[in-house]
Amino acid sequence: MTHRGSRLLHVGSLSRVEGEGALRLHVHDGTVTDAQLNIYEPPRFFEAFLRGRSYTEPPDITARVCGICPVAYQMSACAAIEDACAVSVDPAIRALRRLLYCGEWIESQALHIYLLHAPDFLGRASAIELARTHRAEVERGLRLKKAGNSLMELLGGRAVHPVNVRLGGFHRVPTRDELRPVTEELRQALDDAWNTVRWVAGFEFPDARVEADLLALAEPDTYAIESGTPTVLRADGTTGSFPVRDFTEHVAETHMPHSTALHSRLDGRLHLTGSLARFAISGARLSPVALQAAVEAGLGDPREGSVCRNPFRSILVRAVETVYAVGEALRIIEAYEPPARPYTEVPPVAGVGHGATEAPRGVLYHRYEIDADGIVTSAVLVPPTAQNQGAIEDDLRRLAQRAIGEGDPDDGELTALCERAIRNHDPCISCSTHFLDLTVVRTSGDASRDTSGDTPGDCHA
Amino acid sequence: MAPTLAVFKLASCDGCQLTLLDCEDELLALAGEVEIAHFLEASSAVEPGPYDLSLVEGSVTTAEDAERVRAIRAASRHLVTIGACATAGGIQALRNFADVDEYRRVVYAHPEYVETLATSTPVSAHVDVDFELRGCPIDRRQLIEVITAFLSGRKPDIPDHSVCFECKRRGTVCVTVAHGTPCLGPVTHAGCGALCPAYHRGCFGCFGPSGSVNLPALIPLLRRDGLDDAAVERFLHTFNAAAFEKFEKESAK
Repeated sequence: MTHRGSRLLHVGSLSRVEGEGALRLHVHDGTVTDAQLNIYEPPRFFEAFLRGRSYTEPPDITARVCGICPVAYQMSACAAIEDACAVSVDPAIRALRRLLYCGEWIESQALHIYLLHAPDFLGRASAIELARTHRAEVERGLRLKKAGNSLMELLGGRAVHPVNVRLGGFHRVPTRDELRPVTEELRQALDDAWNTVRWVAGFEFPDARVEADLLALAEPDTYAIESGTPTVLRADGTTGSFPVRDFTEHVAETHMPHSTALHSRLDGRLHLTGSLARFAISGARLSPVALQAAVEAGLGDPREGSVCRNPFRSILVRAVETVYAVGEALRIIEAYEPPARPYTEVPPVAGVGHGATEAPRGVLYHRYEIDADGIVTSAVLVPPTAQNQGAIEDDLRRLAQRAIGEGDPDDGELTALCERAIRNHDPCISCSTHFLDLTVVRTSGDASRDTSGDTPGDCHA
Repeated sequence: MAPTLAVFKLASCDGCQLTLLDCEDELLALAGEVEIAHFLEASSAVEPGPYDLSLVEGSVTTAEDAERVRAIRAASRHLVTIGACATAGGIQALRNFADVDEYRRVVYAHPEYVETLATSTPVSAHVDVDFELRGCPIDRRQLIEVITAFLSGRKPDIPDHSVCFECKRRGTVCVTVAHGTPCLGPVTHAGCGALCPAYHRGCFGCFGPSGSVNLPALIPLLRRDGLDDAAVERFLHTFNAAAFEKFEKESAK
């Protein structure tokens, strides 16, 4: 087989991801020499302007990092600041926070499964195009997504940047009667989530394997969402954990010239966080109904050690997690007794606090330093996609290499494969700004041919 | 031929374009009325312009985006900006009052890798805009109204009165009068449906200034309710960082 020599593949703007980015792939004599996920999303400097703000403000301000997972930002911010002020909230407030977070999980997972990811498996450009042949399925996805949004609107006021979260709890807590209408919607959502598992289980999955270490939060008795201990399942099968306060000692960010997002390493190695990591680490703690969904989806039983490392199959794990989140929301509502007070007072204490929660796309860590007057003096945000970026590039390099080894894909085929590989990881590029543009450079001998069509920021106008 | 709709993003959190995907009940019906020609978050099919209606989210923070927004304008019959970033520079406009090089050094190990303008500016500072839809994030019902209005060739029915009107209409007890809670409702553009007071908190101004802003009347109330000067300034300078500034200058005269 002859390989075209050296080529540069450039995807100027990735689609069906959150935020904007590109990919650059360099192929020299049939060998992928470089795969770079370029995050050209402009920097927004949250960590800089949080300094000087009141310690009560980060939950509202950091929500604005991401329109898809604002609750994750609000919950990590609250956890970190409450840690600094040595306040713990009462169990009824913790349950309500988990309920709000379930709403975000349902909304975000349904969005990714139906609107961003499923079209790849069915050869469509978008869910809207998919609806021409799979109307009932797309309607089901939208209905499921709406159930998540309804929960967020009820508890948070609105789905994007909810207004009801504050340090110590909520501004206002719902009555049992107010939660009742959403219960009906969630019962329908449970059916829709189950049918989502059955639908995606019928997709065709290319072979692939993520070699990176897997990082997720873990709790002793439940599937970790709004709290937990960072826990690692290494590629060699060993596990380890560390306290949240040591997060940045283990997850070190480095800054690469090709991207405005920072790259992280976990103890010097590539790591992946998100659905695959959570299922590997906490899968055994899923509810019986979600475990049954996992088995039905072909993921095996995590109580018997089943781990999924195929990123194409992450859509199955997301579907299982959606079944879990809907069931968990119903369980919390069933057990709900309104707390005596909507929030616990959090008086400012000079110090440093750490908080980490499971955004739908992975571990989100916050660290704040506040002074005795409650003014933030430093802030560190480590979003999931910045952590995943190295593992995604590694994944891309391997998939592109195999595709080139198995044939001589043209740039269009290679581009489509690489975009799929990226969407497998549900990257949140807006969050990563402190992410993506595809370029494949193929060089033949010493001649270089840039096949790039778009430049970053091209509006195709 | 169905009119073409394009959605573009500059510096932002994606929340406003997500609002279009959050129209779960209307999305497929809308997709039947328009041809979605460019919407990277939702579709990998990208059609060249010109577009009948372009929605632009996000603020201009790089020289490239300043160029890009001109290309978008040139390719669009109607250009509507959506959200606080696109209409007022967004929270990232806090840099306009700071030293952006210092910001760069604080956030990045290699500030030299990061290209950014010293300012975050609204789209209207660069090109003519046909309509600005406010909010951080925008409201779903208002977005549907704006798209429907442009498709049918009429003016969108988006009133510019304050959040107070929405509180009254909703029957929410005034949090300032009843509880002494600092609230920006009297100077903030309506559109959210007066959410925050309904959740027992004061409005924090995420829709930006309303049609009439009377800061000399409001600021003494904020002080009475416990905000010191620094807190008042922070309150006015958040999600629409720069938007209240001209009113502050006027009230200082």
